Amino acid sequence: MTTTEHLQRMAAPTGAITPGVLRAEWTKLTSLRSTRWLLLLTVLLALVVSAVVTSVYASQYDQDFAARHTIDPAYWSLTGLIFAQLAVAVLGVLTMSGEYGTGLISTTFTAVPQRRTVLVAKAVVVSAVTLVVGTVSSLGAFLLGQSVLSGKHIKADLDDPGVLRAVTGGGLYLAVLAVLALSLGALVRHSAGAIATVLGLLYVLPAIGAILPPSWQDTAVPYFPGNAGLAILHAVPMANAAAPWTGFAAFCAYAALAFTAALYVLPRRDALPK
Amino acid sequence: MMIAAEGLTKKYGSVTAVDDLSFDVLPGRVTGFLGPNGAGKTTTLRMVLGLDAPTAGRVTIGGRPYGAHRRPLFEVGALIDAQAFHGGRSAAQHLLALAHSNGIPRRRVHEVLEQVGLGDVAGRRAGGFSLGMRQRLGIAAALLGDPPVLILDEPVNGLDPEGIVWIRTLLKSLAAEGRTVFVSSHLMSEMAQTADHLVVIGRGRLLADTSVEDFVGRTSRDEVRVVTPQATELAGLLTGQGAHVQAVDGQRLVVTGTDVSTVGRLAAAHRIVLLELAAQSASLEESFMELTRDSADHTADSGNVDGAAR
Repeated sequence: MTTTEHLQRMAAPTGAITPGVLRAEWTKLTSLRSTRWLLLLTVLLALVVSAVVTSVYASQYDQDFAARHTIDPAYWSLTGLIFAQLAVAVLGVLTMSGEYGTGLISTTFTAVPQRRTVLVAKAVVVSAVTLVVGTVSSLGAFLLGQSVLSGKHIKADLDDPGVLRAVTGGGLYLAVLAVLALSLGALVRHSAGAIATVLGLLYVLPAIGAILPPSWQDTAVPYFPGNAGLAILHAVPMANAAAPWTGFAAFCAYAALAFTAALYVLPRRDALPK
Repeated sequence: MMIAAEGLTKKYGSVTAVDDLSFDVLPGRVTGFLGPNGAGKTTTLRMVLGLDAPTAGRVTIGGRPYGAHRRPLFEVGALIDAQAFHGGRSAAQHLLALAHSNGIPRRRVHEVLEQVGLGDVAGRRAGGFSLGMRQRLGIAAALLGDPPVLILDEPVNGLDPEGIVWIRTLLKSLAAEGRTVFVSSHLMSEMAQTADHLVVIGRGRLLADTSVEDFVGRTSRDEVRVVTPQATELAGLLTGQGAHVQAVDGQRLVVTGTDVSTVGRLAAAHRIVLLELAAQSASLEESFMELTRDSADHTADSGNVDGAAR
């Protein structure tokens, strides 16, 4: 008998997603203080940064500024999400890596030997929570930012072209990011390592992209994970950026790739790294 | 429900942690899983629970691999690592999440917390628990589904004397109810008080699969302890009769391969003064040491009187 056969037999890799498993993961996620803090941080970062950025742009706004910059007030008020994503990424990673760090994963996998079921349940729960909190953050940041612009003719409205898409897109982006981060937590199995990997994808890779030759700027760079996902926040089309839904689809593909890789390795490895 | 291991083997690269291990753990008795630290007990238990994959061989519970059980907490309760919880959750929340995952009713959480004596601290963050409380929480988790099979890795670690007596009584009563109880320990004396049957391993290999009495009988070396001012003379006489003599110090001898009356008569016949003469059965601990001692270990010969007397 080959080793692979033993590995496949050892744990049942698949199983139905029962309400019980979802409730278990919901209980785990909501019973931790760190979850509450990270979600609170998500909202605060989105609101505070948005208010500050929108105020700065508004104070500098004149004919000259308008000539040099893309005027996208909806996007100004959503820039806080670029910072809020940090908290969501950490939450996603910890949802999985936290179990490896404490050894809880052994208890979890003895209760539910269908390991893929555990990962899917975690993805459902953490993405649902971040979708709600992310959408609230996005809408709140938009409304707060636009209130700064009240009385100015550049103020954006939800029924302006692309604005509703940008605002709801903020919540969708964070929900998908949570799944990407969760998957990296499952693959790396170490909180610090997995968080560093996510930050590398979201912040370092775009920074590297910015110094690549111009020919890359309008071909590959817009499809780097962070860049692609954040394209959906632009209400006004940008040069050197992916089209909003195209970029978002690319970001979903990255998350799906990481999630599939995690589903693949989870039943094939020993529960804890030796 | 029976636990059955057949040719269970686990290799990490070139290191063999568990080597062709076969044993059965039967219901209705406490089976001790005994071996020195590093013998491969935890690795074996992790394979039983489907956490780690065997390199070869198989292990089943009730005829099926662990992973084939749909709601395993109703069949198998396990304590694999007393630290295996998130310190930020309360004891009740930790158990509630486990209960949900297998569809166990919420009231069981409070029942098992009361049963293990953690009822008063159910709402406290488990990260602040003492080692003994952590063990109790782990045992509560194992009892959650009221399972017919219990697998506990070193459950007495960190328990105070009262806790040790408690778990001893608990394990015996669980076995008396007809459950399969498989408990690992590196402490022979603890297993002697708790177990009915022993599976002993050393360096990943099976050394014994036997009842506690047979184990002691098989491995015991009855010794005679003698204290005499004429140790060298007596040692020479005993060696001449085929006994094996070890000198503890200038006056004390430990003799094997003979008995008290033979030593007494021999001493009297040669007018040797005996200050003390006593038979001593090997303790369980010694039996265990004897069995698990590396065959290449020669330290036992170093104090031999035969050589010194020549």
